[in-house]
Amino acid sequence: MKRVYPDKEYCIGCHLCELACITAHSKSKDLIIAYREERGRDGLSPCKKVFEKGDTCVAISCRHCDEPSCVAACISGGLYKDPETGRTVYDRDKCVGCWSCLMACPYGAIRRHPIEAKIVKCDLCEGRENGPACVEACPNQALKYEER
Amino acid sequence: MKYVIIGNGIASIGAIEGIRKVDTENEILVIGSEDSPAYGRPLISYLLAGKIGPDRLALRPQEFYEKSIVTLKLGITVTDIDIKARTVSTDKGESIEFENLLIATGGIPFTPPIPGSDGTDVYNFTNLKHAQVLISKAKTIKKAIVIGGGLIGLKAGESLFDRGVDVTILELSPRILSLAFDENAAALAGGRLAEVGLNVKCGVTVKEIQRDEEGNLKGVHLTDGNFMQTDVVVIAIGVVPNYSLAKDAGITVDRGINVNDHMATSADNVFAAGDVAQAKDLLFEDNRVIPIWTNAYNQGFCAGKNMAGAKIEFSGSLAMNSISFYGLPTISVGTVNPPEDDDSYEVAITLDEKKKCYRKLVFHNNHLVGYVLVGDIDMAGMYTAFVKFQMAVPEDARKQLLSGEPDVLMWPDDFFRETWNPETKN
Ligand SMILES: Cc1cc2nc3c(=O)[nH]c(=O)nc-3n(C[C@H](O)[C@H](O)[C@H](O)COP(=O)(O)OP(=O)(O)OC[C@H]3O[C@@H](n4cnc5c(N)ncnc54)[C@H](O)[C@@H]3O)c2cc1C
Ligand code: SF4
Ligand code: SF4
Repeated sequence: MKRVYPDKEYCIGCHLCELACITAHSKSKDLIIAYREERGRDGLSPCKKVFEKGDTCVAISCRHCDEPSCVAACISGGLYKDPETGRTVYDRDKCVGCWSCLMACPYGAIRRHPIEAKIVKCDLCEGRENGPACVEACPNQALKYEER
Repeated sequence: MKYVIIGNGIASIGAIEGIRKVDTENEILVIGSEDSPAYGRPLISYLLAGKIGPDRLALRPQEFYEKSIVTLKLGITVTDIDIKARTVSTDKGESIEFENLLIATGGIPFTPPIPGSDGTDVYNFTNLKHAQVLISKAKTIKKAIVIGGGLIGLKAGESLFDRGVDVTILELSPRILSLAFDENAAALAGGRLAEVGLNVKCGVTVKEIQRDEEGNLKGVHLTDGNFMQTDVVVIAIGVVPNYSLAKDAGITVDRGINVNDHMATSADNVFAAGDVAQAKDLLFEDNRVIPIWTNAYNQGFCAGKNMAGAKIEFSGSLAMNSISFYGLPTISVGTVNPPEDDDSYEVAITLDEKKKCYRKLVFHNNHLVGYVLVGDIDMAGMYTAFVKFQMAVPEDARKQLLSGEPDVLMWPDDFFRETWNPETKN
């Protein structure tokens, strides 16, 4: 399956991927409205996180692991592997906000939703025509979406 | 039958998914005592609290079983395993042959002998039936005593409280959550419960349950000499491995069913996983029973693969708990209460009582072996990485961990690349 691979040699730490992520996951699909309104009002937040250490940066999100720790930890069936696509899928309706997955994922790829008892995790922009928005937005090709 | 699984809990689901990683053809039979589709056992407290409805209990949709070629025999209990004839017998008089067997029978509630406990209105809280009974009871009762201030006891107490019941939780040890959490975390959690209005009494338990002449529950006599009136008593001290089936079959047991690194028991082609198994531990040399959800799934998954012929070693259990108390989240992973007299452990703590924010890191030989977070839990996974992947933590890195900012750029370069940006799929 295709996954997003971050390259710390190329990442410039501009956070554009985070902005593209919230836009893609917003209701309005408009960056300004997403950032100014939906972020505060709906707790819209990115599935990506940029880490920085001196000059080195990297933007990480869910790896869609073959044998994911988050699925093993999920007490509600809210996280599972889609055998057809290989993706680690999140079913928001099933989730009870127990944070077991957040604790178990050693890749730090899960965060709490700021307002609701739900998690925020990368869905590879499920259904988006041009694939993951972060990859498209990266100005320096530091994110690649490919089969490896 | 190529694969037979006894028990229909999360270890069983792990096993089904493990088997199907290796063998997509041969049929799997699951026999489970409980009459319901496999559900999130921890969810029974959410159900009792009224936070979710029964429609949200099932862990996997029906089609999962169809696609995975699994036959379910539910409401049926295995009464006997014959490891020579390779058969299991059920309480319906059936005898079923197996090539590979998984014992995933979980735990049974630990119930200390308390005079007066035989009779009505004394309950456990470990399965869906218990929750259903307590839901209907909660409509008519005013007071409940919960025995046990561990994870299950607190969850039971909290859920009954949410149904409007006046709850008192009794814990014999000096503090609640003595197994999974440390003193500071327990104090913060206890404080939160007290704020909300739950009574928690430590250092005391029930000596005797008082009944009237008709046998109706009246109250409890405590070890401190006091008497408390109550309508129900919930015994929620914990679970013990449910291994009698295995033991009777001549399979080696200790605290739980002994399994090797491939999750195999002492009997050929018989495996065990989950709360019933005593398996390899990630941090300790000896095998242990660590009855938590993630381990049950992981052990089942590993057992499943081995049952299907792959020779996969279990990576080892790791204790981890995530539990929230009325909006106060707490997480504990690995060794959080190191032996006090062993100075090879180093403990670092930051505590902000006002903000209810607490962080405890436990180091052993320059490695992070455990941590506790209360309040600010969002970086938990990044700490788990250090415990799980057993990465060394040099001095400067230790500061960063302590300040609450662990990150992936602290990982060794090669491991980082392999994980995040491999040249080919690993
Ligand atoms: C209220 C509560 C809250 C919890 N919360 C958490 C939590 O937040 N996090 C966490 O990590 N863990 C939690 N746990 C523990 C967790 O639920 C267990 O670790 C996990 O369910 C173990 O799974 P298992 O598959 O090994 O066993 P079980 O879930 O116990 O399943 C075993 C099944 O086997 C069946 N069975 C037994 N004997 C037979 C037989 N002879 N024939 C047929 N079937 C049989 C049983 O009926 C049962 O359905 C909680 C437990 C309880 C009770
Ligand atoms: S959330 Fe974590 S464990 Fe789960 S698939 Fe993503 S990276 Fe893997
Ligand atoms: S927070 Fe939601 S998705 Fe994560 S383990 Fe709990 S129920 Fe599953």
